Amino acid sequence: MSPMMAILARDLRLASRRPAEALLPVVFFVVAASLFPLGGGPEAATLKQIAPGIVWVCALLSSMLSLNSMYGSDYADGSLEQMLISQLSGVELAAAKCIAHWLMTGVPLLLVSPLLGLLFGLSWDSIGLMAFGLLLGTPILSLMGGMGAALTLGLRNSAVLILLIVLPLCIPVLIFGAGAVTAAESGLSPDGHFYLLGAMFLLSCLGAPVATAAALRISV
Amino acid sequence: MGHANALKDDLTALEALQFLTTIHSRPCSKERMEAALRRMGVFHRRKLPVRMLSQGQRRRVALARLALEEKPGFWVLDEPFDALDDAGLALVQELFVENARRGGTVLFTSHIRVQPEGLPLLELMLQGTRAA
Repeated sequence: MSPMMAILARDLRLASRRPAEALLPVVFFVVAASLFPLGGGPEAATLKQIAPGIVWVCALLSSMLSLNSMYGSDYADGSLEQMLISQLSGVELAAAKCIAHWLMTGVPLLLVSPLLGLLFGLSWDSIGLMAFGLLLGTPILSLMGGMGAALTLGLRNSAVLILLIVLPLCIPVLIFGAGAVTAAESGLSPDGHFYLLGAMFLLSCLGAPVATAAALRISV
Repeated sequence: MGHANALKDDLTALEALQFLTTIHSRPCSKERMEAALRRMGVFHRRKLPVRMLSQGQRRRVALARLALEEKPGFWVLDEPFDALDDAGLALVQELFVENARRGGTVLFTSHIRVQPEGLPLLELMLQGTRAA
């Protein structure tokens, strides 16, 4: 097994040993999104209009929840140090960690999003578009989040700092992801939004692991 | 090897050792790893999660990596004798001697004075910022 696969397998195995903690972001996602109809009134038309935005914001915030522990526990028990001095490059380590985070957080969010779409009364077409957007967007959140987690490693208040660093970077993802569904509902084509999401995905795939590796070397 | 053991609490001792050997590109068969754990005296604990092991047992699992080495190596160890009892101390010194006989070197920090039998030992006592 290559070192990168070993890290991925290990993270997934650790998550499976603590299922409650692993599912926390998904539970938060559902609960937070469900609060909006309760707080904002159950009028169907309003809900349908703001649904994509709500789902995307909640997806963003839920992804951020588990970022703290991405490198935190490894840093605390010395595993991160061992991983960095091994033959594994920092970039491979960052990539493996981001993939693990996406599989544990992004994919469950993606799978649960149709339920929320139904809750808000979106049409199946819109749900499909929203899911596709999340498919492109959640990896970006994991990649950017990994960078933020590496930068704030070992600092006090790192949870808040991660949010402050990562959220502004993810605003374009939010705009285009939610915008795609809104555009489709108004009859415009969502293609442009998806192309831009795809471009951001490629950019973060290329840039985020490198930046994360550099940040890890500084922080450890 | 650092001062911290680098063992994840939720993995079993065997899984944790397997992870460390894999990322350091020293793939080992399960039999060899079990033999190393047996040598370190923690074979009976290999299937328990690391959080259930005592500090000394965790140190032994972490040090089992050294028992798996077959080539002469340059080992850099930070406080390897931490949390070990006398038997553990003797065991680690045995590992040092074996490495040296293969042609390897060990650089370690320790607050316990050790004298591995028959090996040239260079001691550096640090006072303040100078080596005394």
